[in-house]
Amino acid sequence: MRRIPEQVTRLAIVIAVVVGGTLLTRFYLIPRSLVSTDLHWAAAAQREMRKPVRFAGAAACQDCHDDVATKKAKSFHKNLACEGCHGPAARHTEDPSALKPPAPRDRKFCPVCHIYDASRPTGFPQINPVAHNPLKPCVSCHNPHDPVPPTTPKECSACHAQIERTKAVSSHALINCTTCHRAPERHKTAPKTALPSKPEAREFCGTCHGAGTTAKDAPKEAPKVDLSTHGGRNLCWECHYPHLPEGRT
Amino acid sequence: MNKREFLKGAILFFPAGGVLSALAREAAGKETPGKDGGARPETKKGYDPADHYYGMGIEVDRCIGCNRCAVACKAENDVPDEPFYFRTWVERYTITRDGNVTVENISVGPRKEATQDAREVVRTFFVPKLCNHCANPPCVQVCPVKATFTTQDGAVIVDRERCIGCRYCIQACPYGARYLHPKTKTADKCTFCYHRVVKGLQPACVEVCPTQARIFGDLKSKASRLVRFARMNKIHVLKPSLNTEPKVYYAQLDGEVR
Repeated sequence: MRRIPEQVTRLAIVIAVVVGGTLLTRFYLIPRSLVSTDLHWAAAAQREMRKPVRFAGAAACQDCHDDVATKKAKSFHKNLACEGCHGPAARHTEDPSALKPPAPRDRKFCPVCHIYDASRPTGFPQINPVAHNPLKPCVSCHNPHDPVPPTTPKECSACHAQIERTKAVSSHALINCTTCHRAPERHKTAPKTALPSKPEAREFCGTCHGAGTTAKDAPKEAPKVDLSTHGGRNLCWECHYPHLPEGRT
Repeated sequence: MNKREFLKGAILFFPAGGVLSALAREAAGKETPGKDGGARPETKKGYDPADHYYGMGIEVDRCIGCNRCAVACKAENDVPDEPFYFRTWVERYTITRDGNVTVENISVGPRKEATQDAREVVRTFFVPKLCNHCANPPCVQVCPVKATFTTQDGAVIVDRERCIGCRYCIQACPYGARYLHPKTKTADKCTFCYHRVVKGLQPACVEVCPTQARIFGDLKSKASRLVRFARMNKIHVLKPSLNTEPKVYYAQLDGEVR
């Protein structure tokens, strides 16, 4: 057996020291949290949790302003958060004198939700600020915490603005909503509890549009169809949209 | 090198190594959660992220496009005021009779009237958008430094101390939910208001939504608003073909919404 040459042994010692040193540095001297993804993610999540809260939440407002909360809870605005209108108020809940949340009384504010916009769902109360009591601040007639209109709206367009405006440019522009729908009085104060009626049969449209109709207020220029052959089993409004009948555009 | 130079070097080298190691330990102390003696973040009592898995429900038919959510989000999360940075925003969709679809971000700039002729419009509606907190997030996959990740409770968040601002995640997000924060120069996005949620509060956008078009809840809970939302509605997600498995669920979502 040949002896291992001394220079090889020495070299092996040097290599062992370098490797050992590297391993020691990597796994002992460099702390785990500098290289561990899990730990740095956990630290980042905790940093995220420490961010200050600006909106205190409606429950916090109730603790002191229970009078307003009780009033609002029964109103049309019951689902609105206080801070939706009054702005972020976490600082106010910690120290009421540090920040007084603003109360928007400007005529510009309420239309953020209540200006007419065709894309808004129908039934949502919308106004045209140019025509609706111009220059008067909203709060002079409506209490924002219980926004019942001072008088029950007479026009359907107060809530059904999109239908109203569509109808206004159609050939049905001159027909009143009440010609086809009967709205119970209750619908005007609690809309969802009493829904308006809708025509039920083809004969209803036939009053004006049926060939040989005998109704005396049927306009002569209304297009006439033979109800017995036109449209088969379908009801009129299954193809035609009565608020924008396609016969004429 | 003679013996004298070697010894001088060694005298400098070892204490310097000691100092470096001490510095590394200090830096590590800051990284290690809970060990640094610094205050633990305030959370709901007994909060364990493993018990929760958050998602959001959006009922498209309820959105009135008032933009309170986008405004509240900016106030809560220090999103820059310039009108083109958003963590959440609202889009207006208008579909006309010739089949054209117009999409407009109504959170940008002052309110605009719908311009189309009512006779031409077949349907029009608002769609709130935000980060979908995908269960299979492309933005997390592409991050070269693992600065963005999913928490145990299902929120996808960005570690702004690790983010290098390469914008790769912004490109990768199919929903356009990320932007580069102009001050920190790091990627920024919706966190589901993680700092609020762990305290038992609602995200700011959900808190202020006047029509409850947005609903936040825990998918692991047996009775949460989101579970009820999923029971009562036919729900859909955005771009399901990408297999990102979003956790923002839409009810009454139109097929034209992208």
